[in-house]
Amino acid sequence: MNKTPSATSLSPEMARIIYRKAYLINRTDERFRAMLTNGELAVAYYPVRGHEVIAAAAMAALEPDDYLVTTYRGLHDSLAKGIPSRLLWAEFAGKRTGTCKGKGGPMHITHPETGVMVTTGIVGSGIPIANGLAMSSQIRGENRVAVASFGDGASNIGAFHEALNMASVWKLPVIFLCQNNQYAEHTTLAAGTSVSSIAERAAGYSMPGVSCDGLDPASVYEAMNEAVSRARAGDGPTLLEAQTFRLLGHIFGADYSYVPKEDLSAAEERASMAKLRQWISERQVSEADLTQIEQEVDAEIDEAVTFALESEPPDADEIRFDIYEAEQAA
Amino acid sequence: MSAEKISFAQALNAALDDAMADDENVIMLGEDVADEQGGGVFKVSKGLSGKYGTKRVRSTPISEQAIIGAAVGAAITGMRPVAEIMLMNFITVAMDQLVNHAAKLRFMSGGQTNVPLVVRTTTGAGVGFGGQHSDMLEAWFAHVPGMKVATASNPADAYGLMRAAIDDEDPTILIENITHYGMRGPAAEPGYRVPLGKAAIAREGGDVTLVTYGRGVSDCLAAAGTLADEGIEAEVIDLRTVSPWDEETVLSSVAKTKRAVIVHEAVRPFGAGAEISSRIHEELFGDLAGPVQRVASYPSPVPFAKPLETAFLYSVADIVHAVRQATEKKA
Repeated sequence: MNKTPSATSLSPEMARIIYRKAYLINRTDERFRAMLTNGELAVAYYPVRGHEVIAAAAMAALEPDDYLVTTYRGLHDSLAKGIPSRLLWAEFAGKRTGTCKGKGGPMHITHPETGVMVTTGIVGSGIPIANGLAMSSQIRGENRVAVASFGDGASNIGAFHEALNMASVWKLPVIFLCQNNQYAEHTTLAAGTSVSSIAERAAGYSMPGVSCDGLDPASVYEAMNEAVSRARAGDGPTLLEAQTFRLLGHIFGADYSYVPKEDLSAAEERASMAKLRQWISERQVSEADLTQIEQEVDAEIDEAVTFALESEPPDADEIRFDIYEAEQAA
Repeated sequence: MSAEKISFAQALNAALDDAMADDENVIMLGEDVADEQGGGVFKVSKGLSGKYGTKRVRSTPISEQAIIGAAVGAAITGMRPVAEIMLMNFITVAMDQLVNHAAKLRFMSGGQTNVPLVVRTTTGAGVGFGGQHSDMLEAWFAHVPGMKVATASNPADAYGLMRAAIDDEDPTILIENITHYGMRGPAAEPGYRVPLGKAAIAREGGDVTLVTYGRGVSDCLAAAGTLADEGIEAEVIDLRTVSPWDEETVLSSVAKTKRAVIVHEAVRPFGAGAEISSRIHEELFGDLAGPVQRVASYPSPVPFAKPLETAFLYSVADIVHAVRQATEKKA
């Protein structure tokens, strides 16, 4: 296993990009939970608090046409990869104007224009699919890489192991991005996983295993950049683990009493948005820049929420379409 | 149809070869499919990696989830993967990728992605492979919206169904019967397609309709020969595609004969025959001379010992018996 990359340089431009994405994720998650609380929306939602920096910094290291496969806890990945807020919000609200015409919902966000090819509700299942995206790029001689984003719990399912082995044997341009938030549903990492760091598992598949600090933008960005460069150069896959802490329950509204209070408050402190803001401001990003980013993002979310709420749901007849290429009889 | 006779395996090989020559997006992956590993356990992909390279014809680790997952991922970028799952029972290992992903991505993405995937797999009882290498599982997939299932009864259709399935924009499982590979028949013309969802009338007759597919076709034709000697003319319908199945051809035949017997190798309970029978009853109940009969295998795991395996698998005699029962009930 490689050492955690040191948090060194990050250009002011990249710091701005990452902050914008992280702020957008944080505000969207918060707004969404508020709307679930007050009854404006009623859907299954898997909060992403604590994952903002991982998605923001990792996706900042990708090109728009690079592929991403993510999971049901994927709002942060989708936003960071560039799906327009209004399309995402409309899909979350089950509207015909959403990314998937309201047919997928929060757990199945797809938006090929920004490279978001699959969002799966099945733990670990996206990992073999990312191999296929990478294989396509490899066969066609494209320069695209594929990223499989998943949690620490997913590293215990067979699909993870089959996929890492195959990717290594075929030297696929794929990055296995494990967002280790220390909990697989209600089970701690220690109670359900044979390693204390998921990156250790890379050794079994003869690929680099790198663990980075998922709350440190430079650590994530640099590690991701290196994995992406390696994939583009034809040198094969990397297992990149970004360590964080899930600051809320598995699903919105779920019991969270099993998390020790001291662990939670320590993580909340480390993951505070004010702390991130301070860190960014130390990278030659001015207060005026930060304020402008925040105002723009707040306006983007307001507009997206209005768009989602005002959009129409799909017609019932829409059920006949997209099962097969040909429409199905009523 | 050409006068030349070829085997089922040769027909499949020709279909794959022609499809790969026609479209560079067609790729193959599966256990041992490349020539270095023997060109497939049943030699169906023999010579193809030599011709098209091991980038396009890939032998894989024994990792069915990873095989189907990789095929799904490639398919949503517009490639046309043909994934081989050596034996149909091994598909159970990849059910999540097939059922939760291949079949549903078009719908769940609102049509933004689709999965033009072909899964080739073989199976069949009667050759002593026992409980985990012989099951006919077509009904499982026929029960999944978004999936297509087809199976050929002769080499020409094997070619034509393969070409059609590769062309198709949706995922298709092509079931090959393990007893069929050596079967010889006329070769299809290059480029021949059997449209998915379209049945063939393998034998015309006016007294009873036998609805079947795959290995059942030759068995039904054999039964029809015996029945003809008794003065009963059976019409034999080869569905070719199990799902979506050709209701129109079946219903119009049964409307004519007033009697139907459905024959399949899969076990009877909840098999494809149950759905077909039910649809015939729903549409033609008042016209039927008697209830629709089903001939299928005995509901046990596929046994090993020959007498047990024989007891498991339906027989031509069972078909003849069922037809006699159906025709005796004439008003």
